Amino acid sequence: MSTAATRRIRFRYAKGGKIRFTSQRDVARMWERALRRSGLPVAWSEGFSPRPLLSFGLALPTGCESSGEYLDVRVEADVGGPIVDLAGLAPQLTELLPEGIDVQAAAGLEGVGVSLQQEVTSCNWEMEVQGVLAEELATRVGRLLASPSVLIRRERKGRPVEDDLRPAVRSLALLVDPVDRTPVAGTARIEAELATHPRGVRPKELLEGLGTDLVLVRACRTHQWIERDGSRWEPLDPDGHLPPGADAPHAQERAS
Amino acid sequence: MESLWPRIEPLLDGVAKPARYIGGEQGARQPVHGEGRVAWLLCYPDTYEIGLPNQGLQILYELLNDRPDALAERTYAPWVDMEAAMRAAGVPLFSVEGHRPAAGFDVIAFNLSAELVYTNVLNLLDLAGLAVRSADRRPGDPVVVAGGHCAFNPEPLADFVDAFVIGDGEEVVGEITEVLAAHWRDRPGAGALGAAVPAGRDGTGVARAGLLRRLAGIDGVYVPSLYRPEYEGGRLVAVEPVDGAVPARVEKRTIADLADWPYPRRQLVPLTEVVHDRLNVEVFRGCTRGCRFCQAGMITRPVRERPAAQVDQMVRQGLEWTGYDEVALTSLSTADFSGIEGTVRRIIEDPRHGERVSVSLPSLRVDAFTVGTAAQIQRVRRTGLTFAPEGGTWRMRQVINKLISEEDLYRAVDAAFSQGWRRVKLYFLIGLPTERDEDVLGIAELGARCVAIGRRYHPSVTVVASVGGFVPKPHTPFQWFGQDTVAELRRKIHLLKDAGRRTRGLTIRWHDPEASAAEGIASRGDRRIGAVIERVWRAGGTFQEWSERFDLTLWEEALAAEGLSLDDTVHRHREQDEALPWDHVSAGLHRDFLWGDWQDALAGAGLEDCRWTPCYDCGACTGFGLEHVVASATPPAGGSQGTGQDLSTGGRVPVELVSARRG
Repeated sequence: MSTAATRRIRFRYAKGGKIRFTSQRDVARMWERALRRSGLPVAWSEGFSPRPLLSFGLALPTGCESSGEYLDVRVEADVGGPIVDLAGLAPQLTELLPEGIDVQAAAGLEGVGVSLQQEVTSCNWEMEVQGVLAEELATRVGRLLASPSVLIRRERKGRPVEDDLRPAVRSLALLVDPVDRTPVAGTARIEAELATHPRGVRPKELLEGLGTDLVLVRACRTHQWIERDGSRWEPLDPDGHLPPGADAPHAQERAS
Repeated sequence: MESLWPRIEPLLDGVAKPARYIGGEQGARQPVHGEGRVAWLLCYPDTYEIGLPNQGLQILYELLNDRPDALAERTYAPWVDMEAAMRAAGVPLFSVEGHRPAAGFDVIAFNLSAELVYTNVLNLLDLAGLAVRSADRRPGDPVVVAGGHCAFNPEPLADFVDAFVIGDGEEVVGEITEVLAAHWRDRPGAGALGAAVPAGRDGTGVARAGLLRRLAGIDGVYVPSLYRPEYEGGRLVAVEPVDGAVPARVEKRTIADLADWPYPRRQLVPLTEVVHDRLNVEVFRGCTRGCRFCQAGMITRPVRERPAAQVDQMVRQGLEWTGYDEVALTSLSTADFSGIEGTVRRIIEDPRHGERVSVSLPSLRVDAFTVGTAAQIQRVRRTGLTFAPEGGTWRMRQVINKLISEEDLYRAVDAAFSQGWRRVKLYFLIGLPTERDEDVLGIAELGARCVAIGRRYHPSVTVVASVGGFVPKPHTPFQWFGQDTVAELRRKIHLLKDAGRRTRGLTIRWHDPEASAAEGIASRGDRRIGAVIERVWRAGGTFQEWSERFDLTLWEEALAAEGLSLDDTVHRHREQDEALPWDHVSAGLHRDFLWGDWQDALAGAGLEDCRWTPCYDCGACTGFGLEHVVASATPPAGGSQGTGQDLSTGGRVPVELVSARRG
């Protein structure tokens, strides 16, 4: 029995199905309620209107699915005894969260660390697209990649601004059948890696860069990456492994 | 019944707040259809975020789903963008659980909490693919039922609703289920209940009429097609049954003891933000404070308290189940609950809840709000404090029988500010019977005194006075009163705004007087108002309780087209012996009692709370063989609001506040 306190716990979860239509704020509230029901001693902020200290990564746009979302939770350090059964936490929270939120892993973090929003450098997306034939889409993908800049219009603080999308597109490809290398039958699917700094580019914005006649049917964030010194890691992989240097040794010990 | 989800899903990317249409709430059921179960679709005719927390609907949802012979799903009014998308794609109204088409259910039951939703009721029936008028519906169509407070004047919706439930719904929904099941069982060749082909249920229109007759045989059920209104010279003179087989007066249903109904046991926890997003536990039903403007207080008598131990248990289990960190103890006047301080303390101090649970007491009574209770509630999280003196002067408050003395009010406000609140909200009505300009100006004066009290504790405090135009309601002593015109309400608001400007820290807010006028049409209208509602709906007038959608001209044009007027329907004082559209519906209250109380009001005479004083024979208890269920034999601390207090000093303003007006 260890009394060493875990200060932060990182969760990895998937979001899919009907619940994709809930917003990031909605998901935050679901987590607050589920954590309360779990009995985990979540730490609260001080002040006039105290809040539980939860820190989510990059917001997932309403309507999108994800197989890799993250949440850091600060827990009370001064609670005695084996406060957190990390191994049991993921299935327990999956049970307490609504259908469609699937908690895949939990791990203790060392120190205060930087926020997920700062840490994550890029995201992978898979998108299902309608509006043009796959061949035409393939041409447009090639054209976008060959262009030095791709301007899109968006609103910032109520005013229209032009943004260059191109620097954020780290990779972009039409998904093809692995055997005969032709586009996946029936529907056009693309895969993209989009940078998150200085600003996270959304799937809909990428699609706008490929042509305003395209309709985004479905989008799924498949990975979020932390890139450092030429290597990259997920903030927490499905097996519960953290990037080097991020794990809390005591917590890890108890989890295994 | 097939799921419409594959056709709904593509619509959701293009609409606001799509999570309103996906269901999936914690506590939601996925009932199995068929197997002889009567399928209810419970419908709240406003947006999801307003409708989901409705306790009445959630109670019936659980009761029905717990029965072996029934099931229930829910639906809410899709917002205008979603409605347009549904109509364009040919998607009908659907349930949020199974996304099943509304027309495939056996019963569509509406909750009527406010009059301005009436056009939404018609719109939802139309969106379900049904005829809006009962007479035009086909034999196999669902039975359209409605209940809730507004059902106490069912006439404006009488042409559209097959059957109304008057009063508490807990027992009646089971009885309706049994009648429907028996009716279809008795009819050879009828299809399986809840089957995909509803037309198989009933062969003919005659059979549907027979079913409605059987429903009319249930106590508390009013079937408007079996009653005929009579008019003379443009005035209603009677609403009478078509024959002797149905009662001349439909009496409301009342559950005798709230302890027998500890519902909801599994409150629905929504996936997305809704109003009152917290655990709600009903601590008592009914109220005998006797505020003369208050329909809820009149029609829900007698007082039935839930045992404190059951409240404790429902709070404990509810917090564990929902994961909420806030619980509201609901009722019409929660500070009147016997031993309220103890109940609040037990919640706050229960170690199982941790230290983070906050308690909210909606509709706080001003006088009994003790410093102790304030301190307990604020220990966790300080939400805003709201008091409802309703009238700006003691004279006005005597007329409306909201007997809060000036001294009690200032004491309560002092308690709030001294405990650290910096913002207090006060609710008032204007357009009340016998109101003079000095009563309206009294609101500003009272507000200024509250600001002065607050400044003793903090240099910058805010007092918000929120003002609504009074709409007379059926089954109240004010049901005879002619509502103020829009112009008169506007004049009074201007008067008040000017007076309020003189006080720094006082903010005056008001509701749109035009919305009060439209509410007045539906509130006391007779059956002819149905055609008006239909015209407003056909002209696109849905979501009329939403200011961005409300349009009084739609109502005025519809009234004119039907040969009716605002003056006659809304602003006219009713005569003592005049037939009222709801005379054939009974909340138990004797008409003599109401008239006597109306006369007392005009004379400015108050009436004490009958929980702790002798009976006035209003009729609510005696008529149904009921009694108040109240744990405490003595009035709550403070002893005011007309109970055992010296009413002659109620208007006395503490000396130090007399000159506080110019703050």
